[in-house]
Amino acid sequence: MASDCGDVSALCSALLCSLLGVLGNMSALCCPEVIARMQDEKNGIPIRTVKSFLTKIPSVFSGSEIVQWMMKNLDIEDQVEALHLGTLMAAHGYFFPISDHVLTLKDDGTFYRFQTPYFWPSNCWEPENTDYAVYLCKRTMQNKARLELADYEAESLARLQRAFARKWEFIFMQAEAQAKVDKKRDKIERKILDSQERAFWDVHRPVPGCVNTTEVDIKKSSRMKNPHKTRKSVYGLQNDIRTHSPTHTPAPEVKLTNKPPILVLKNSLLGYTEQYLEYDPFLTPPDPSNPWISDDTTLWELEASKEPGQQRVKRWAFGIDEVLKDPVGREQFLKFLESEFSSENLRFWLAVQELKKRPIREVPTRVQEIWQEFLAPGAPSAINVDSKSYDKTTQNVKDPGRYAFEDAQEHIYKLMKSDSYSRFIRSSAYQELLQAKKKVTKSNKPQSLCKPVQTKKCCK
Amino acid sequence: MACQGLQKGETLESLKRESETLKKKLEEERNKLNDVELHQVAEKVEVLSALSIKTRRVLKGHGNKVLCMDWCKDKRRMVSSSQDGKVIVWDAFTLNKEHGVPLPCTWVLACAYAPLSGLDNKCSVIPLSLDKNENLAAKKKSVAMHTNYVSGCSFTNSDMQLLTSSGDGTCALWDVESGQLLQSFHGHTADVLSLDLAPSETGNTFVSGGCDMKANVWDMRSGQNIQSFESHESDINCVKYYPSGDAFASASDDATCRFYDLRADREVAVYQKDSIIFGASTCDFSLSGRLLFAGYNDYTINVWDVLKGTRATILFGHENRVSRVRVSPDGTALGSASWDSTLRVSWSFSTGSNYIFRFIKLLFWVNSRLVLEFTVAF
Repeated sequence: MASDCGDVSALCSALLCSLLGVLGNMSALCCPEVIARMQDEKNGIPIRTVKSFLTKIPSVFSGSEIVQWMMKNLDIEDQVEALHLGTLMAAHGYFFPISDHVLTLKDDGTFYRFQTPYFWPSNCWEPENTDYAVYLCKRTMQNKARLELADYEAESLARLQRAFARKWEFIFMQAEAQAKVDKKRDKIERKILDSQERAFWDVHRPVPGCVNTTEVDIKKSSRMKNPHKTRKSVYGLQNDIRTHSPTHTPAPEVKLTNKPPILVLKNSLLGYTEQYLEYDPFLTPPDPSNPWISDDTTLWELEASKEPGQQRVKRWAFGIDEVLKDPVGREQFLKFLESEFSSENLRFWLAVQELKKRPIREVPTRVQEIWQEFLAPGAPSAINVDSKSYDKTTQNVKDPGRYAFEDAQEHIYKLMKSDSYSRFIRSSAYQELLQAKKKVTKSNKPQSLCKPVQTKKCCK
Repeated sequence: MACQGLQKGETLESLKRESETLKKKLEEERNKLNDVELHQVAEKVEVLSALSIKTRRVLKGHGNKVLCMDWCKDKRRMVSSSQDGKVIVWDAFTLNKEHGVPLPCTWVLACAYAPLSGLDNKCSVIPLSLDKNENLAAKKKSVAMHTNYVSGCSFTNSDMQLLTSSGDGTCALWDVESGQLLQSFHGHTADVLSLDLAPSETGNTFVSGGCDMKANVWDMRSGQNIQSFESHESDINCVKYYPSGDAFASASDDATCRFYDLRADREVAVYQKDSIIFGASTCDFSLSGRLLFAGYNDYTINVWDVLKGTRATILFGHENRVSRVRVSPDGTALGSASWDSTLRVSWSFSTGSNYIFRFIKLLFWVNSRLVLEFTVAF
């Protein structure tokens, strides 16, 4: 029985769903999809009319039914999760409790109703305060006890009356006109429409203390792609939604794109994760303890001290980057190289790293200093680079920039990695450090959450 | 982006078609190199059992949405910025507020330990000192200037250089002292929402993600876009490198997080669930890279098993959108910031009870063997 308006609004919703880039409030892109499934005639939630006393409650379903449906159809094992998600969908206004302004989902016999797609958040609503004023005013004209204004609504109305004092007559007239149209409707239809309208306002003017789910991330709102798609006025529109029956709103057609990607294996990712498993406090309790749990900052004090623990020393063997990353590791590496009278490589590498971080003003001076120290003919800490890099560097130094030594640095890095670093790891100095804290007994050592399958060295 | 006029015989349409064909060819080439999914390869990796993560610290003090947070190198201090116009430095361990800096612009979108950037298109660096009486706001120095909001910023291993991402579609590298632009990065066709520096000692790259649904990898030295990934179906809100630097993850409004392998040059995993229908705004890895923490607009933090592709656990607690999650520098804790104006700190209570699990399995096995032998004897 949906008229053209219904079709158009349903189609709009469907289009909006699939044209993902058009949506203003992007926080819940997939809600309409899920709602469509919930409303499916065969596999959705059964909607019914409930008879109570002298009245009928049309088009409802219970909270428990929602929870059950979600657990069955959305791959949810935990009721808590289902309630959380359902509450969010309600808070965004896709379905609502028929007797409560506060939009939450309860796992009991509480009745809920679907919101008409016209009022869905995905339609980029930004209703004006004048509309809210018309709505509240209209409510006061209706003589039903159940439609009485809640305290916060009465306060809002009072505030709006003050704010719009000048145009109140106009607002009042609008409200009257709306109320007249409403009276002409079928009783059942009216009940449904009234509740949906109220739920719409519960989303856009929430009960004080409730989260306003219409708040948009400012970075997204400042790039509204389709400002003309934003609906600003509820009651000023020409194609009034009240001309069709929401009870028979067809579920919008949603395109479900399920493109399973074909994937590639990368062993190095697995290797890295397994290697660092014992260093990850989320998976392996740190030694001696996680300060956050034990309130004991020993772990941090040990890290800050000059005496590296065994686990930390072990890590230096994973790859040269580990040594270069750790200040104590760098120090030990440097010490070792000095003992071999070959520290100039590392010192050069460190100097160039430092250069890249200096303010631009200091760069030319630093470049000259590094050149003089390491590369100029007769340099005190002469390093050996291939002739190609040397020539390039000579050129660069004439017009010095942060990357003047890039080629030379790369060459030196490769050299250290293949030569000095491996000797460092095999050196007695390193081995001593590694053995030093071996007094930690095996029984004390905390166990990992999952045993690594193989400890493969992840050399970089 | 280089802009040339249309050549003879070219129309916008024909160029678009050509670009689509090229994209398809690229996908085909990528597909040729593919075999197996990451989680299939990771079958031999043991399942994480008994992962128990709990939130145990709540930092209250902001008057409005907390938009960003970051950890200090000392592993216990945090800095956070909020829509209430304040930047607060906390000692998360003791819950003490150590500094509070009011800012003229209330939309402070990003902060890293030291630089702050926001909707006034500028990025400011505020030096922090131990002298609480110093008027820190007065020492603020403007560094970056974009033509639209600055969405993210990061120091490049020293506080002399700053990398920023902006709503103007570009990223830029700045010299802090002089405010000079050192390099700009063009290639995104919409707002850039996030960036992350590669964790390498030798690398000079970073990754950025934006509203054009693309994640781009850049060479800092040349400004070139060296790799590009386009598989998300909506805005990419956050990008973060895997700790080894060989891969990165992204969080998007399409309610998924994805994992991209840089050497394979493609997406290797998608982290999604039917029950997750709200956008992911932020993500970060645990120290080993095994876990991916992602904050969502449904107020939760989902913890993903990166290798298996499954969700390891979920954290409830925040009462509004989670705007930022960050693992502490030594990996011992997870900090999260939310629109509910609080920050929370969570950590793992897992005590390796996997051992007990194995022991019980062993008992069952022993028992069943005994029963079998018993019955056979008869």
